[in-house]
Amino acid sequence: MFAEFGHVALIIAFGVSLLQAGVPMVGAARTDSRLMAFGDRAAIAQFVLIAASFLALTMVFIASDFSVELAAKNSHSDKPMLYKITGVWGNHEGSMMLWITMLALFGALIPIFGKALPASLRARAVAVQAMVGAGFLGFILLTSNPFLRLDPAPINGLGLNPILQDPGLAFHPPFLYLGYVGFSVAFSFSVAALIEGRVDAIWARWLRPWVLLAWSFLTIGITLGSVWAYYELGWGGWWMWDPVENVSFMPWLAGTALLHSIMVLGTRHSMASWTVLLGISTFSLSLVGTFVVRSGVLVSVHAFAVDPSRGVVILALLMASTGGALTLYALRAGQLRGREPVSPVSREGGLAMNNLLLVAATATVFLGTFYPLFIDVISASQISVGKPYFDLTFAPIMLLLIVFMGAAPMLDWQGKNRVGLKRFLQQAAIIFISVSVLSAVIGKSVSAAIALGIAAYLAYGTFAAMAKKLRVGQVPAAHSLTLLRAQPAAVWGFCLAHLGVAVFTAAATIMTVWADEEISRVKVGESIETAGYTFTLLAINSGQRENYSFLSGEITARKDGKTVILKSERRFYPVREMLTTEAGFKYGGRATIFAAIGDGDAEKGFILRAYYHPFVIWIWIGALMMALAGFVSMFDKRLRGKGGES
Amino acid sequence: MRPVFIIAAVWLSACAAFADITAEEVELRAHEVGKSLRCVVCQNQSIDESDAPLAADMRRLVRVQIADGKTNQEVIDFMRVQYGDYVLLKPPVQGNTLVLWLAPLGLVLLALGWPAISGRKRIDPQVEPLTSEEAGQLKKALKDENS
Amino acid sequence: MKPAALLPLGVFLVLTGFFAFGLTKDPTQIKTQMTNRPVPNFTLSSLEDALVVHTQDDLRGRVSLVNVFGSWCAPCAIEHPNIVEIGKQDVVRLVGVNWRDDRAAGQDWLERLGDPYDIVLFDDLSLLAIGMGVTGAPESYIVDKSGVVRYKHVGIVTPQIWRDTLLPIVNDLKKSPI
Repeated sequence: MFAEFGHVALIIAFGVSLLQAGVPMVGAARTDSRLMAFGDRAAIAQFVLIAASFLALTMVFIASDFSVELAAKNSHSDKPMLYKITGVWGNHEGSMMLWITMLALFGALIPIFGKALPASLRARAVAVQAMVGAGFLGFILLTSNPFLRLDPAPINGLGLNPILQDPGLAFHPPFLYLGYVGFSVAFSFSVAALIEGRVDAIWARWLRPWVLLAWSFLTIGITLGSVWAYYELGWGGWWMWDPVENVSFMPWLAGTALLHSIMVLGTRHSMASWTVLLGISTFSLSLVGTFVVRSGVLVSVHAFAVDPSRGVVILALLMASTGGALTLYALRAGQLRGREPVSPVSREGGLAMNNLLLVAATATVFLGTFYPLFIDVISASQISVGKPYFDLTFAPIMLLLIVFMGAAPMLDWQGKNRVGLKRFLQQAAIIFISVSVLSAVIGKSVSAAIALGIAAYLAYGTFAAMAKKLRVGQVPAAHSLTLLRAQPAAVWGFCLAHLGVAVFTAAATIMTVWADEEISRVKVGESIETAGYTFTLLAINSGQRENYSFLSGEITARKDGKTVILKSERRFYPVREMLTTEAGFKYGGRATIFAAIGDGDAEKGFILRAYYHPFVIWIWIGALMMALAGFVSMFDKRLRGKGGES
Repeated sequence: MRPVFIIAAVWLSACAAFADITAEEVELRAHEVGKSLRCVVCQNQSIDESDAPLAADMRRLVRVQIADGKTNQEVIDFMRVQYGDYVLLKPPVQGNTLVLWLAPLGLVLLALGWPAISGRKRIDPQVEPLTSEEAGQLKKALKDENS
Repeated sequence: MKPAALLPLGVFLVLTGFFAFGLTKDPTQIKTQMTNRPVPNFTLSSLEDALVVHTQDDLRGRVSLVNVFGSWCAPCAIEHPNIVEIGKQDVVRLVGVNWRDDRAAGQDWLERLGDPYDIVLFDDLSLLAIGMGVTGAPESYIVDKSGVVRYKHVGIVTPQIWRDTLLPIVNDLKKSPI
């Protein structure tokens, strides 16, 4: 029953989206307010229909209705309820449903929160949102219908991929998609602005919270993915520069550029066509991500549901949406108003540099990710591009970016007031040099010392910019405190985000230089040593659980008289012929240690991998600080309404 | 002649060092080499990280060759002969990777050169402030704004 | 319209062109580097007898079909009857490489399924396999009279592949003097 209901709702939603894509557009061209208002209602109706359809699919999974092929393939009646529900999006069809539900959600939020926007702009944005939606709805209905029935229905389902039965991964896609799809709002408004032939401060200021929202969710999504890969794959990589990771990272980089350039547009009326181009590019990179993950054009650890024929359809959707938007851009970009010149030594100058370097970084990741494909297409050779390439290219660009990041907030808009800049730069240089020299002496790597110095410099620059805003030292402390309370949310957001980058950079650097590991074959009772820890293999057990057989190892890690027990398991799932390794972790603020056992037998011994990872959790804390900062900044308007600013 | 002697001396001492290479050094260098070699049967992992049996054998071969006194580069070159450029996680700088290696550098230089370029181009800044109608709209949209 | 405004569209179109072509390729398929290169030097024992030693020289003088297999490899068991069939035709020297296996398990496997090979090399540590650029089993190489690899086939050798692809190459190589 649910399946038919969901299917019908989806078909109606497709019809509504077609109307929504056309009617408001005509209305805006004719300035017919009734036709434009239709778009608002259609957007909400479309969301209600798609949400109902998604709910119906969820009910199919909850009820374990295996007469529906998707549930039969991906669910199992014995599975815990949580994983029955998250199993809805643990496969291609269901995840497309999640994607389209979120797209419709954002589409519905435009009329709800955009009442104050010019009617024609809103109508056009809603229509563009529907065009993208119609494309994906058509794709789902024609090639990836999740509601197909199976006859005869199997007695039970085939279960979820064991590697996906994990809280980290269950909640990684929804956040990632909220980010990916959230950027569709920026896309729709960019295209709408091109059709209108104008962008202005209203456009920029209205759009910024939506960019922040999408960006923050994407940050959380990427972070969850990184945490998951770290503990699930069991060899301690928190970022592998894998194609699937890279394609989620590129919209993040472009989105970071966008949320800064939109600030310049909203305040200084500069960088208008650039911002629109970024709005288009960010969402397009999200679409590229969808294309890569589902088409299998690149080899990845994470790719799932790979199918080149789906790739063709997604590529066609990409061609239509991005190709259309960029054609429009080519025709209309010249008309976009707001061309105040940007002076290099000013806050907008710093932000422009931030944008250029972020675009250079995005292009580098893009090039590294797709270069093997280019080479494969144009010649008979095959190459690989891995971590060493990105360490040599991407990392220096980001460090250079941080150099500008530390100083730009000290500058005023238009570079009016440069008092104190010289003193700041002197102090910053001292901080940088002393931290670098100190780390170079303690550590063993010059580049790592520079990176740590730069992280310290960024933290200092962020605090200095805050101090400048509070006029510390110029006015009595009490007044500074009043100023502190009066700071708008965006300033808090800025402070938190930039400190997050500093924390992240420092932690990532420490991890690359001071992490240690040891792999050896040991028998029960034997030990290996890593970074002062003694890892002893205490016991090995093997056995059988519900749907897998296991080999588990109990390992003690001892240092300075303190002992922790780590449990590692190798599991074999016969149904899927899948072998997974569960490492035993002990997380800590200063260091995380973990151990994993590999194959072996009692006679020869077992492979034991022991890892010491200093400060690794700060990588994710830094990233989550950035995400939190995005949410804080979103509430800027309301806070400013209450607190009076000087 | 002098530089040649120095190079020869350094080279010879390096070889001498390899002859009685300690197990620890082998281990350390095997990790270094392992991190730069792609596990050819896996999906995008280095042999150092992979659980695959072939990766384990490749790791062993790397250790054997290092213990035999081969340099890191020689070991990497050996693997490259068998599996091609595909096995190198760090692509070699050569004809078909010039774009890959030079583009990031070019983009950064372009970015850094931007102030100079844009400074010259913009001769007539067109400042178009908001019209009063637009200012009204902005006010209505955002209630209270100043920053 | 400014020409610069066309740039993003141009870049995008080039990229989609690459993506479209990329869809027609299989990135997991690694091309062999071994074609037209001699089999690397090796010293491996025979599967049947650990004391019998073979080297690269044993691959000379006749055209050989080198077949990589293991008792752990399910597709190899599917392929094996075809190899047995090829052995009966006696048109090529059959060299088995028992890869990453346990000696007893490998012997047992051949006993059960039949041993069509003239020589079976025991390569438990992937010494020859890595030297030949093996990425999985089964894989088959055609080696000419001078010990140079001429062709590599990844996956199961089906009767059709043998008849249409491998046998013609073998016959060509047999005609050539070296």
